[in-house]
Amino acid sequence: MLNYNIDTEVLIKFKAMKLKLLIIAILIITSCKHKNKTAESSDIAKKEASSDTNLSDFELEVYDYNGFEKFLNKKNDKIYVINFWATWCAPCVKELPYFEKLNSQYRNKNVEVILVSLDFPHLYESKLKPFIKERKLESKVIALDDPDMDTWIPKVSKDWSGAIPATIIYRNDDRKFFEVSFTYKELETEVKYFLN
Amino acid sequence: MKKVIQIISVTLVVLFVSAFVVNETSIPGNGYKIGDTAEDFSLKNVDGNMVSLSDYKDAKGFIVTFTCNTCPYAVMYEDRLIALNNKYASKGYPVIAIMPNNTDVKPGDNLEAMKARAKSKGFTFPYLIDEGQKVYPKYGATKTPHVFLLQKTDGGNVVKYIGAIDDNYKDASAVKTKYVENAVDALLEGKEVKQTETKAIGCSIKV
Repeated sequence: MLNYNIDTEVLIKFKAMKLKLLIIAILIITSCKHKNKTAESSDIAKKEASSDTNLSDFELEVYDYNGFEKFLNKKNDKIYVINFWATWCAPCVKELPYFEKLNSQYRNKNVEVILVSLDFPHLYESKLKPFIKERKLESKVIALDDPDMDTWIPKVSKDWSGAIPATIIYRNDDRKFFEVSFTYKELETEVKYFLN
Repeated sequence: MKKVIQIISVTLVVLFVSAFVVNETSIPGNGYKIGDTAEDFSLKNVDGNMVSLSDYKDAKGFIVTFTCNTCPYAVMYEDRLIALNNKYASKGYPVIAIMPNNTDVKPGDNLEAMKARAKSKGFTFPYLIDEGQKVYPKYGATKTPHVFLLQKTDGGNVVKYIGAIDDNYKDASAVKTKYVENAVDALLEGKEVKQTETKAIGCSIKV
């Protein structure tokens, strides 16, 4: 488990282009020895999160890479479909229903989908958890928070440039990596390759 | 005699391999590798003017950065990009920012939005639009932000570093290694870049 979001100063700028509004939010989450400082939009985010607490009252599993690595190396003959995504990544969100469909249609066939969120830790409560609830995601969702990306990205796959969406499908030692957006059909075809 | 044959055969192998490598990198869509010469371009800046690398007569090289308005990772690096330009433009390595996304897919990255962003952030460097998306595939950029450090030589602009700006996207004050700064510093000192490639999460370029 990580606690960067508890004791690290975080400077974020967020832009809502659709509204042609520029919101610069400075959100500093500090440990008890620091004072809390919040800008307008983070106040709004907090209010939204707290006004609907039942939307985000579940535990989100958060890992650094060392903690996460076990999900890439299970050797129980099951087919794992590991998708790296984030709520802010439009092509990721677009293909999420295909992973959900795959999970519901193949979970009885020894297939497990794990959705690995790369959302920013300060947005877990205000964005990620509400998203999971509202979309009623049934696949397992975990969060990966490890800023030293040059160290861990090549460990996931030497072929990964770091762009998301990205997906790994594996069964024991047999694995394939994809830095692409899937259609359901393409995804199903790749999974069937592992089923045969 | 045996030695001569050995030398000749080693030379032939080297020639063969290097010919192969040249072929590999010239495949379209494959993108530049370290040591490749980057083609110049002519792209529209947010001020309406066309910008080419050849416009910079006094530059020693360029910090070419593919970035955009709409990617949260790119946004997190905006201040650090401004800082890079402020530190290195005067030393001969200006930042050249290029927005590679298809603006039909990402209207928030269109030229008007880019102008607004450049103005509100006070970009001190050109922010160019890759209209027609012809330039980013030549570089082999896959995401924003994605940096290609070029060194100007008599033979053209040679790629010296490809990757991330530093090793902590979310907290500039917690950065341990400033990849781009280290690379530019090495070039300014006439040394080889130690870490020539790094990986980082970014937003896929929208096609």
